Amino acid sequence: MNYDSIERRARRSERIRKGFTYFCLTLWALMVLFPFYWMLLSSVKSYSAYNSEYVPRFFTLQPTLQNYVDAFTAVPLAKYFLNTLIFTLATTAVMLVVITLAAFAFARLDFHGKDLVFTFFLALMMIPNELVVITNFVTITDWGLRNTFLGLILPSVTSVFYIYLLKENFAQIPDELYYAAKVDGTSDLKYLLRVLLPICRPTMVTITILKVIECWNSYVWPRLITDDANYFLVSNGIQEIRENGFGRENIPAMMAAVVVISVPLIVLFLLFHKKIMAGVSRGGTKG
Amino acid sequence: MKVVLQNLTKRFPNRNKKIKEDVIAVNDFSFEIPDGELIGLLGPSGCGKSTMLNLICGLQKPTSGRIFFGEDDVTALPPENRGVGLVFQNYALYPHLTVRQNILFPLQNLKGAARPSKEEMLRRATEAAHLVQIDTLMDRKPSELSGGQQQRVAIARALVKMPRVLLLDEPLSNLDARLRLQTREEIRRIQRETGITTVFVTHDQEEAMSISDRIVVMKSGLLQQIGRPQEVYDDPVNLFVAKFLGTPPINVFEGEVRNGRLWIGEDAVLKADLSDRKVWVGVRPEGFLPEQAGPLHCTLRAVEVMGRDISVVAGHPACTGETIRAIIQAEDRPNEQAETVRFALKPYKVFLFDRESEERLDAALS
Amino acid sequence: MERKNAKGWLYLLPAIAFLGVFLVYPLVDVFVYSFEEGYNSASQSFFGVGLYNYSYVLHDPYFLQALKNTFVLVIITVPLSTGLALLISVGLSSIQKLKDLFQTIYFLPYVTNTLAVGLVFMILFKKTAYTDGLVNLMLHWFGAGPIDFIDGPHWAKMFVLCFYTVWVVLPFKILILTSALASVNQDYYNAAKIDGTSRQRIFFRITLPMISPMLFYLIITGFIGAFKAYSDAVAIFGVNLNAAGMNTMVGYVYDMLYGDSGGYPSYASAAAILLFVIVLTITFINLLISRKSVHY
Repeated sequence: MNYDSIERRARRSERIRKGFTYFCLTLWALMVLFPFYWMLLSSVKSYSAYNSEYVPRFFTLQPTLQNYVDAFTAVPLAKYFLNTLIFTLATTAVMLVVITLAAFAFARLDFHGKDLVFTFFLALMMIPNELVVITNFVTITDWGLRNTFLGLILPSVTSVFYIYLLKENFAQIPDELYYAAKVDGTSDLKYLLRVLLPICRPTMVTITILKVIECWNSYVWPRLITDDANYFLVSNGIQEIRENGFGRENIPAMMAAVVVISVPLIVLFLLFHKKIMAGVSRGGTKG
Repeated sequence: MKVVLQNLTKRFPNRNKKIKEDVIAVNDFSFEIPDGELIGLLGPSGCGKSTMLNLICGLQKPTSGRIFFGEDDVTALPPENRGVGLVFQNYALYPHLTVRQNILFPLQNLKGAARPSKEEMLRRATEAAHLVQIDTLMDRKPSELSGGQQQRVAIARALVKMPRVLLLDEPLSNLDARLRLQTREEIRRIQRETGITTVFVTHDQEEAMSISDRIVVMKSGLLQQIGRPQEVYDDPVNLFVAKFLGTPPINVFEGEVRNGRLWIGEDAVLKADLSDRKVWVGVRPEGFLPEQAGPLHCTLRAVEVMGRDISVVAGHPACTGETIRAIIQAEDRPNEQAETVRFALKPYKVFLFDRESEERLDAALS
Repeated sequence: MERKNAKGWLYLLPAIAFLGVFLVYPLVDVFVYSFEEGYNSASQSFFGVGLYNYSYVLHDPYFLQALKNTFVLVIITVPLSTGLALLISVGLSSIQKLKDLFQTIYFLPYVTNTLAVGLVFMILFKKTAYTDGLVNLMLHWFGAGPIDFIDGPHWAKMFVLCFYTVWVVLPFKILILTSALASVNQDYYNAAKIDGTSRQRIFFRITLPMISPMLFYLIITGFIGAFKAYSDAVAIFGVNLNAAGMNTMVGYVYDMLYGDSGGYPSYASAAAILLFVIVLTITFINLLISRKSVHY
């Protein structure tokens, strides 16, 4: 056996494999980044320049911000933006209250029928949204809540999955803490707010982030429940822009709008990418 | 298969990136493992013994130095070409495979002419299983086995490819006390029967002493002492080795040699042919003899009966530990009501070490 | 004891109220709707009970088109995205340098608005009077003729939809698989290395079985997700999916409910229940298979 040649061969094939791996990974990274680049690029090309490029160019030498001005003036983008912000914050806030109370009841309080109700809750996790959206649409319409924030928010302020996630986390906190608080005369609610929530902050942050992403990108329900552009969220807004906006096919302005509505989440992501990715791998689903 | 390590050194970049200096896990290590012996690699955690093992099996490459298996230089050889068997601390049994499949796994890796026939593989797997006495468990999954049984499967898997060298990484640390005793005898038996050169890593000196042909004591990547367990125990080269071996541990006193006498505090305990100097005095627990007129004056703290022996817990102002622990025979039991107890010391159980270097001082005591 | 009881229920009250109104009641109601024949949403009256709604839906060419599209989408994107995610994750876990950067980039599509980025994809693929679009430009480099991906042949539209769907679902799958791979104890690989296990064998006999629970989780959720595809299609082809021939089953449900062709909650309910039955069946089959092939 020639040990030298064995080793040399092993090292060479290792290097080739490494190179190939990096090549493929880079290729996919470009695939992911390219649409973002293209949207930025198109958004700074002027309308006439864009339309005169029969062969699209990969860069531009005369960037303009006119499209961004158009995006905010020709269509009510700022309004969409504000609506989405209100919707996201309100939904997330109410949901956090509702699921925290429920999770606390399941994890810490004793009452008749608790196990039965919890099992029932778990069973509810299997129900797909598509199945219940029909009746909810009718309900909200009957209540006269179409084109209101209440109508947008109400159906999405509970999540069985998040209740479950939070309950599991609450249940991990040792009983001794609860009894110690009881001995000191702390009320249940105070214990929840002052002890449990601070300890379980990571889970709360995870849930908040996931819910914010979900709200910011929600499309189907807002589309069903709003037809007044004053209540459009960004997803519906962008669809509206695509179908009717800007009068003509003003793609650079459209891209500017796309950039504007994509930026908040991307900034959020870049700031908290470790947390968000950890959170999603713990409790997220999509696709 | 003889294993020779020559000036082996392994450095890692420091994990804390701010510190530029490398961590030296193994430092200029040289020794020779004779063919067919069982070697215990012993040291406190973090002393580099696991790195040592990884260097021998090839999972890590040394920064410098060479490793030989017999006459072959295997330093640069990837692990699969070295012919080593490794038993992991947590056994690393494949959880989705049965015991039989686990044992067969290394054989099925072989290619070409080296690959045995199916029947031959099965025969060898059965043989290995028989050797470690798990014949009846072949169709179970690892999760259905006890810790001790998993350990045996791991050994069988390492043995089935007839390695030139068998390496065991803390093989007993995941077992409970009773199983540990049983399994270490088992390892000794298997090693005797197969005659494979075996290195096993442990931080438990009792374990290493009890089954090794030789022990290698390491500290911070540096070789301290190699030798047969009894030799190392009776003749430690420095204070570290003396402290590391033996339960209960050795008692260490601040001492001084003056005018050919060894003084511990105000007590002149032994004659010593050494020039005047300050020393550390190490006294093995069994080195104490309770005597009415013994030279070492101690305060008596407690007497613990252990059956065959008695353990006397005492105090002395010059002692570096909290207490002195002496093991004496039951018939020498001191009066428990007394406030003091006096000891004579057995000279061959007393070691002197330099105050600065902590190296052993060669001195005849009597 | 009584007070304690009341307290527990009090804490649960908001959750139960919301779930009752927006999840439990609708679940019952959707079945009721699906059996009410000739339901009129204006007068809220119906004239019969039976299976007519199901029969209508099953004979509706738009539904059949949506069914076909959905199945094609599922059959192409689930294996493709899972396989691709596996390859990328294995690649990712074999490197050290730039790993974090790659991981962050790969995850980016997860946090972006599906509708918004879909628009970018549309522009990349679209052929207009002014330009053939970027993708066609690239096809041209390889000598292929311009194809109208957005308004052209069905297969081309399907290709874009599948491509975009894979792009959208990959981040989650890569993330899950990368963390599954990272959680495999390194000792298994060391043991295999010492035994001289070949790369393929390590992958198929150790890595794959070890991450098989996560892999099956992804396949199952992947099927469910793909069957519910809708907004990806809207993003690329616009709201009127029936006209584009690119509708999906969920899209059919919504179109029946609302919009230009809407106002038929009964048909929508029947279609939704059909979809649910299909998803349930597929999930059940998946679970059976995984029970057999996941080892622990």
